[in-house]
Amino acid sequence: MFKNLKQIYKYRVLIQSLVSRELKARYRGTVLGFMWSFFNPLLLMIVYTIVFGFIIRPRDPAFEGSPWLYALFLFCGVLPWVWFSSSSLESANVLMIHGNLIKKILFPAEILPIVSVCSNLIHFMFGLPILFLFVPIFGKSFTPYLLYLPLVIIVQFIFSLGFTFLISSLTVHFRDIKDILANFLTFWFFASPIVYPITFSTIQQSKFLRIFLNLNPMTHIMQGYQNCVFFGRALHWKKLGVTFVLALVLFFIGYSIFDRLRDSFPEEV
Amino acid sequence: MTAIDVEDVSRIYQKYSARHRFQTFKSSIVKGDIFKALKPDELVTALDKVSFKVKEGTTFGIIGENGSGKSTLLKIVAGIAKPTSGRVTVRGKVSALIELGAGFHPEITGRENVYINGIMLGLSKKEIHRKFDEIVKFAELEKFIDAPVKTYSSGMYMRLGFSIAINVNPDILLIDEVLAVGDASFVPKCLDRIDDFRRRKKTILFVSHDLSTVEKVCDQVIWLKEGKIQAVGEPKRVIDAYLQDIVEKQEEDFEERQRTIDREKEQEWQEERRENRWGKREIEIAKVRLRGLDGKEKHVFSPDEGMIIEMDVKSSSRIQDFVFGIGIFNSQGICCYGTNTKLEDFEPISIEGEAKAVCRIEALNLINGTYYLDVAIHKRDGYPYDYHRKLYSFLISSLHQDEGIVRPKHSWDFSPQIKMKTSKKRMSDP
Repeated sequence: MFKNLKQIYKYRVLIQSLVSRELKARYRGTVLGFMWSFFNPLLLMIVYTIVFGFIIRPRDPAFEGSPWLYALFLFCGVLPWVWFSSSSLESANVLMIHGNLIKKILFPAEILPIVSVCSNLIHFMFGLPILFLFVPIFGKSFTPYLLYLPLVIIVQFIFSLGFTFLISSLTVHFRDIKDILANFLTFWFFASPIVYPITFSTIQQSKFLRIFLNLNPMTHIMQGYQNCVFFGRALHWKKLGVTFVLALVLFFIGYSIFDRLRDSFPEEV
Repeated sequence: MTAIDVEDVSRIYQKYSARHRFQTFKSSIVKGDIFKALKPDELVTALDKVSFKVKEGTTFGIIGENGSGKSTLLKIVAGIAKPTSGRVTVRGKVSALIELGAGFHPEITGRENVYINGIMLGLSKKEIHRKFDEIVKFAELEKFIDAPVKTYSSGMYMRLGFSIAINVNPDILLIDEVLAVGDASFVPKCLDRIDDFRRRKKTILFVSHDLSTVEKVCDQVIWLKEGKIQAVGEPKRVIDAYLQDIVEKQEEDFEERQRTIDREKEQEWQEERRENRWGKREIEIAKVRLRGLDGKEKHVFSPDEGMIIEMDVKSSSRIQDFVFGIGIFNSQGICCYGTNTKLEDFEPISIEGEAKAVCRIEALNLINGTYYLDVAIHKRDGYPYDYHRKLYSFLISSLHQDEGIVRPKHSWDFSPQIKMKTSKKRMSDP
């Protein structure tokens, strides 16, 4: 297994070119082309501001009743969530779509889920400038804690890789994981503090909800983003540390299952 | 030096039954047999203890029927599939032409695909950059290289795929039937490239159904049958053994088909028989048999072979006016040959009781195909006693791809000013 992992490093040029192919192919034939990477999060931001900021209106004291602040908070969570959910959904299909490669070319299959996580990471990166652009506009200021952001991204990256290894290899044998996953991700989205802060009074009053949210690794990743960008305060090191260990464990479990099922891919995809 | 060493390799495919195929994650959790679902319940042996060695610098052919394990073997040597048991040792850089352009992405340009495909096949970016022009030139795609691959014709697609794979410059080249799709000008170009490889003493493993190319190109051939090695060695000998086996199988198929017709379609067959048989049967043709010249009953012949048509006839009374006739028709209904005893100046004297009439054809000299046989007994003025129209059939099977109706015995001769070479030695075989 570790020998195979080392091999991935050998294939980094391939990963790199496949990611760039993925990015090029995605907007091929569109008028705005690469600009879509900026427009997509921008449009999303506008929609969220209107719906959650102005129509529903924030209730938590953290937002001082300002729809702009709430929109910014939302965006801090939605952006990385889109990265996670689209890489998971993409990777559920990726082995089947590229079945030809697995069947006909000597090709380490784990590259495919890695490529979907990486190409979505790039999209996420393109969304960050939009986020940063709105921080001062919506009345917040940058703090030195922003420098912790890469750490949170790394934790999420490893977590996503582990999750996609698991999803992509199991979907080969159970095709309906793809459909279950879509529903599950919606549930997961609302089970993580993205549209609401964890300090929300309803949550703090219920012990069950508190424990439940704390058991969700995504809670801590999302909080990491919110702390760095929105609140401008230090990361919760202990919680993020545990999440990091958990991400590593998931990575190794996911990869070893992938590795175990590897030989069945050429016949089953 | 051994380039490829295959030791005792078996490959067992796991076949999941229909029940498992539609097994879903939900249902497997509900039933609690998620781990059982991941286990196959039926095994198919694609390769059974196959061992052979390929010496460096030789071209090695693999022949066999569809489903005999050729492609599986190639994939195992390429490392794409893993053997269930046994060991494969490969010395040198391998490039496998199993499916051309397998990794192409339709939305991006040919240029970008060359780079990505090249990297997949093990080239570095620098190497591709260096060879890029050569790749494009060989594929004859200079004009289209910056167009998205989805706009390519299937020929262009294949050419680009082949061109990249061949320019990987491997020590060992694995080729699986990929030349079958090329057009008339590209295939010779590919074969030239393969020849070039052979001259440079590279090792080639070649899977093909085109036996004449195999015989021309390969130094050694193995014949796989149902996952086992049936024969290894000198190409001509192995190919001949393989062809012999095919003919035997065709014979079996033919008989099997006759039998099923006899059994299942008795009614229909009888009706057809009635339609295709006429005459009052004063003299009856009771049975017709086809035999080889050695007297063995058979239905598949080679063009050079002879045939014996044997008719069992029965005459209820003594009859003095009769003619035996035969006619051979091809599948389009064209009469290839017809004759009767009257045309050949036999004067009938008498026939009574059970008798046998035999027509011996020394050499059929027909091209490939299915043929139908008419047999008849009639009066000299044409009044039929018993006429069987196309009730019997036989098959001509050979490697030749000639056209027309007959295949006269022939040979070519050239004066010394004309230089030609041929690989198809069997063309001039008697």
